[in-house]
Amino acid sequence: MNKVVTGPDEAIYDINDGATLMLGGFGLCGIPENCIAALVKKGVKDLTCISNNAGVDDFGIGLLLQQKQVRKMISSYVGENAEFERQLLSGELLVDLIPQGTLATRCLAAGYGMPAIYTPAGVGTEVAEGKEVRNFRGKDYLLEYAFDADFAIVKAWKGDTMGNLVFHATARNFNPLMAMAGKITIAEVEELVPAGSLDPDSIHTAGIYVHRIFEGKSFQKRIEQLTISQS
Amino acid sequence: MIYTSSMPLTKEQIAQRIARELKHGFYVNLGIGIPTLVANYIPPGVDVVLQSENGLLGMGPFPTADKVDPDLINAGKQIITTIKGSVFFDSAVSFGMIRAGKVDLTVLGAMEVNDQGDIANWKIPGKMVKGMGGAMDLVASARNIIVAMMHTNPRGASKLLSRCELPLTGVRCVKKVVTDLAVLDITPDGFLLRERAPGVTVEEIQSKTAGKLVIPSEVPEIVL
Repeated sequence: MNKVVTGPDEAIYDINDGATLMLGGFGLCGIPENCIAALVKKGVKDLTCISNNAGVDDFGIGLLLQQKQVRKMISSYVGENAEFERQLLSGELLVDLIPQGTLATRCLAAGYGMPAIYTPAGVGTEVAEGKEVRNFRGKDYLLEYAFDADFAIVKAWKGDTMGNLVFHATARNFNPLMAMAGKITIAEVEELVPAGSLDPDSIHTAGIYVHRIFEGKSFQKRIEQLTISQS
Repeated sequence: MIYTSSMPLTKEQIAQRIARELKHGFYVNLGIGIPTLVANYIPPGVDVVLQSENGLLGMGPFPTADKVDPDLINAGKQIITTIKGSVFFDSAVSFGMIRAGKVDLTVLGAMEVNDQGDIANWKIPGKMVKGMGGAMDLVASARNIIVAMMHTNPRGASKLLSRCELPLTGVRCVKKVVTDLAVLDITPDGFLLRERAPGVTVEEIQSKTAGKLVIPSEVPEIVL
């Protein structure tokens, strides 16, 4: 079974206007840089993007926002992305801000084949508006639905030709969850190896979840806050 | 009467005071801003493990220039290191341990806190939206939540209210507030004034606290 495609252009060839995408990463850590660049080049529009953050002004999903390719963002944190905040406040961009753990668990539910979860995050806040509240053992929980995404695009450290993935350090974050949750999952990896060369005990994402894989050519791995100690 | 000048705590000193709340064996999540500084003041002999909700237990200090790994950051997107015995996991596991109450203490910043323990820290409608990040999950589940913040906003208005005006992050969840002026516990009767900053009078704290303040007969100065 071989999931290898030639590169990002082939990997995203059938992502069209109006698609719902999951994009892995936390801040700029562990983001699928090569596929984002290919989406910018292809110029697809009206995307719904599920991603914890939206990159920064000039990198990551920020590049798609700049080109007005995104109709709706589903994220937990705007942070220091000025263009994101501007489009949000002006109403140009639809934004669903949801708690980070809810975001992660709605991915998890999709990957586990469960339609919904109950979580206490957001009870008593505007996040709870219009949602079913149910009390279990004396505590209130919100009903939150599993995500339904056309594509999940993730970035891994290593992957094999069968689509098995291994992540490095905190670049893991949402990537394995989203990998499990996409109808079509695309993985870009720093190092693509032959099937059989990864230790089966150490694989984080099973290849059954991954449909297309390629070795990314140019990972910039930009750092948002370079904090250096002198000693 | 001896004249003593008022010495509100600096942000570093707020962090230093909160660090004294850390107990041996605690797993601790530190939010962005003043809470991050708490890591610099962990008392000697107190062994704690720092959780970073982007997927790490065992966060270490900033690296030296030769040890920078772009794939290793904390929830504030700062480059960090790990300590001995650290472990990485995905975001669902990370919030799983938070939701399941495994994290002993959460320290986070706030724009407003009320005397019932409600907290607001993610949005000013029409003006500023940062997003809630992991804060709503943390405050909904953590057993012990300490808020680190200035007592008043830059315009001098109290941030300790009877009712939060900004959109809430969580309800009835904060247990303790440490500001530049005071240490306060959230009790059923309101903010209980536990300690005051050196030279800061109870009257000044009262005048800058809009929520219900309970003042015991003795309010010692904060010892750092």
